[in-house]
Amino acid sequence: MIQLESIVWRAGTFRLEDINVSIPTGSYGVLMGRTGCGKTTLLEIICGLRRPLGGRVLIGDRDVTHELPAARGVGYVPQDGAMFPTMTVREQLGFALRLRRRPAAEIAERVDQLATELGLTALLDRLPQGLSGGERQRVALGRALAAQPKVLLLDEPLSALDEELRDDLAALLRRVQREHGVTALHITHSRAEADLLADVLFRLADGRITETPLTPGRSSKP
Amino acid sequence: MTATSGRVSSFWCGLTLVTGLYLAFLLALLISTAAYTTPHHLWAALDSREIRYSIGLSLVSCTTSALLALLLAVPVGYLLSRGRFFGKAWLDAALDIPIVLPPMVVGLCLLIFFQTPAGKMIERVIPFTYTVAGVVLAQFVIGAAFAVRTMRGVFDHLSSRPEDVAMTLGCSRGQAVWLVTLPASRRGMFAAFSIAWARSLGEFGPILVFAGATRLKTEVLPTSVFIELSVGRLEAAVAVSLLMVALALIVLVAVRIVGERL
Repeated sequence: MIQLESIVWRAGTFRLEDINVSIPTGSYGVLMGRTGCGKTTLLEIICGLRRPLGGRVLIGDRDVTHELPAARGVGYVPQDGAMFPTMTVREQLGFALRLRRRPAAEIAERVDQLATELGLTALLDRLPQGLSGGERQRVALGRALAAQPKVLLLDEPLSALDEELRDDLAALLRRVQREHGVTALHITHSRAEADLLADVLFRLADGRITETPLTPGRSSKP
Repeated sequence: MTATSGRVSSFWCGLTLVTGLYLAFLLALLISTAAYTTPHHLWAALDSREIRYSIGLSLVSCTTSALLALLLAVPVGYLLSRGRFFGKAWLDAALDIPIVLPPMVVGLCLLIFFQTPAGKMIERVIPFTYTVAGVVLAQFVIGAAFAVRTMRGVFDHLSSRPEDVAMTLGCSRGQAVWLVTLPASRRGMFAAFSIAWARSLGEFGPILVFAGATRLKTEVLPTSVFIELSVGRLEAAVAVSLLMVALALIVLVAVRIVGERL
């Protein structure tokens, strides 16, 4: 479960007030809103990259408001993938496990498993410069999932992709979210993307958040 | 230049002319200096014990001061680039002081500082005034300012997003910088080192004032040029100058080659 309770954030004239969000365990939440409305800020508050002025962040039953990003057990996929420039795909996928000092054999096995699942096997020895936009997003997804987080946070992961790739990656996101049993929060400004993926849908506007009903008769989830 | 119009416009011709004239002037300076000396003078300069010592000290002191400058520039450049704190603009301006101060004044400031009680305490551990350590310190003061500026630019151009991701994956901020940002900035670090090294090689004023110009002790290449000129041996001064030009060119080429491979 991802839960935000009365979150407050201010930066200059920009503010988020009394933000309350609850995404049940194992659900796919989608947060919509216009560019610059504070969606990414909210995601960064959940990650622990920004500290809110007030309110609480709960992951599962745990209050993580004052915990460091490293201790929160989240997987974060930023908009551009944010690849580590000097690491191969293999190194990126194994990064979180190397930090946890897991045995080399376990890391290799996990990397192979993720690469197979995300279609990255042929790319394992490539550097990020040799990857397309869709490949980068898949690597970022695998890197985020490697340490088996409870929560997956996706910041417009499909926005830079062409239509065909977008549908493919959307299907992959949904499948991976189900198979890994993670609770996901996906940011987008596309209603079509939200219809395709969301179990719960939120809209952020004018610094406030509201839960929005899903479109009746929307296309079935991939 | 000609892709759209099919002919070279007067605008581009003007720019090319200005660039060409400037380059020609630089080349004329080097060629006239080279033509002033002979291989005999060059060999004579290289054969001199004092000049050989000066070359050796220049290479060692420049490398040491550039390494120290890089050690300082990485954390300070990172702080200036990523940090958000009160007084940042003032700190930024203050770090440029060695760049804007006249070089002689930097030397004088060093000399005066080491006459203060704090300076004298430091000198009891490492003597700086009129010593080789003083040469390195004088070079470091100027070189570090340029290295800091370079590293700040390097970090400004590197996205902080990968660091953020690394922190969500289990890194502390320090680990994220060490494992993700520093490997990505290795070209920039090499550039900062090279700039500090090249600045140190040409440093003269602060070294003369703070470390003196004692032959076979604190004499570096610019000091050799000054000493040879002051005793009227223009040919030897020119020969040493050409050596410095050659060293600077080697560094420039090395920076290009190594920078592309990193």
